Amino acid sequence: MRDDRARSVPTAIKILVAGGFGAGKTTMVGTVSEILPLHTEEVLTSASAHSDDLSGVEAKRTTTVTMDFGRITIGDSAVLYLFGTPGQDRFWFLWDELAIGALGAVVLADTRRLADSFPSIDYFERRRIPFVVAVNCFHGHQQFEIPAVRNALSLDPDVPVVLTDARDRKSGREVLVTLIEHVRAITLGQAHTVVGTPG
Amino acid sequence: MHTDHDDAHEWLDAEAGPLVRSYAVTGGRARPGAGLFDLVTYVVAAPAGQRRNAVHLQPEHRAILEHAREPISVAELTSRAGFALGVVRVLLADLLDEGAVIRMAPAVAPGHVPDDDILQAVILGLRHA
Repeated sequence: MRDDRARSVPTAIKILVAGGFGAGKTTMVGTVSEILPLHTEEVLTSASAHSDDLSGVEAKRTTTVTMDFGRITIGDSAVLYLFGTPGQDRFWFLWDELAIGALGAVVLADTRRLADSFPSIDYFERRRIPFVVAVNCFHGHQQFEIPAVRNALSLDPDVPVVLTDARDRKSGREVLVTLIEHVRAITLGQAHTVVGTPG
Repeated sequence: MHTDHDDAHEWLDAEAGPLVRSYAVTGGRARPGAGLFDLVTYVVAAPAGQRRNAVHLQPEHRAILEHAREPISVAELTSRAGFALGVVRVLLADLLDEGAVIRMAPAVAPGHVPDDDILQAVILGLRHA
């Protein structure tokens, strides 16, 4: 390996932002971070392929799969990298690679279409990747209380469920804080003390 | 020359597999060692004196080196270079073989949770930045 151990790189923390199509992934990544387009692959698409967010390009032979990619620099020591998972089922082959080495994931849920978040939740549960569920209340109201959402999603009692507004920077960043606290709780167990609270 | 009006791909059949334009750059090669170049792996262009054989570099390779003058993550490099990730990985693998690019050791081994003091610093940074 030609690793250069003499030079230091910041601690790179990979966080995935998942959820059904339209749950607010792009909005959240863009709100909390500097967002950059990331073309992952060019894939063949047939003219008949149904496509949600690629309408108008059906006639083309290739489609560029673009992921949302955001970066938050924390001082000199750490950089958070956020990756919005491709929302279309047929691009799930990209997930496995994305998931490697991820610290954790945010599953954005839209209460009007809660079932859309099932695949993401199943995915992270099976791979034992820590995740939090963030209910996006961007429509100004939530149709369910948190316990009802938790119940509807059959979540493990340890999985945090929070309300968020994906358009609000502070709210989105607090979701990331919740995720990192969740990871700390798993890692540290009893020794875990929430940052910013006494003792 | 292929155009959007050209639907008769008689030179393609099932055995040819998918033809994707950007992979013409890579000679059709795809996905070498995704593990070598994770999205958050940092790379940097090697000092010119360390490169073994720069004569084979294509313009696309040079573009990668231009963007990697300072250490940069594969994800950012891909975004800035404007190529697809799979293509960037092929180009990086070529450059690694040439000694033209250095793959930097991660601060935290892949799959390991960073030290708690770093996680605490991230939380404070998220709240106050």
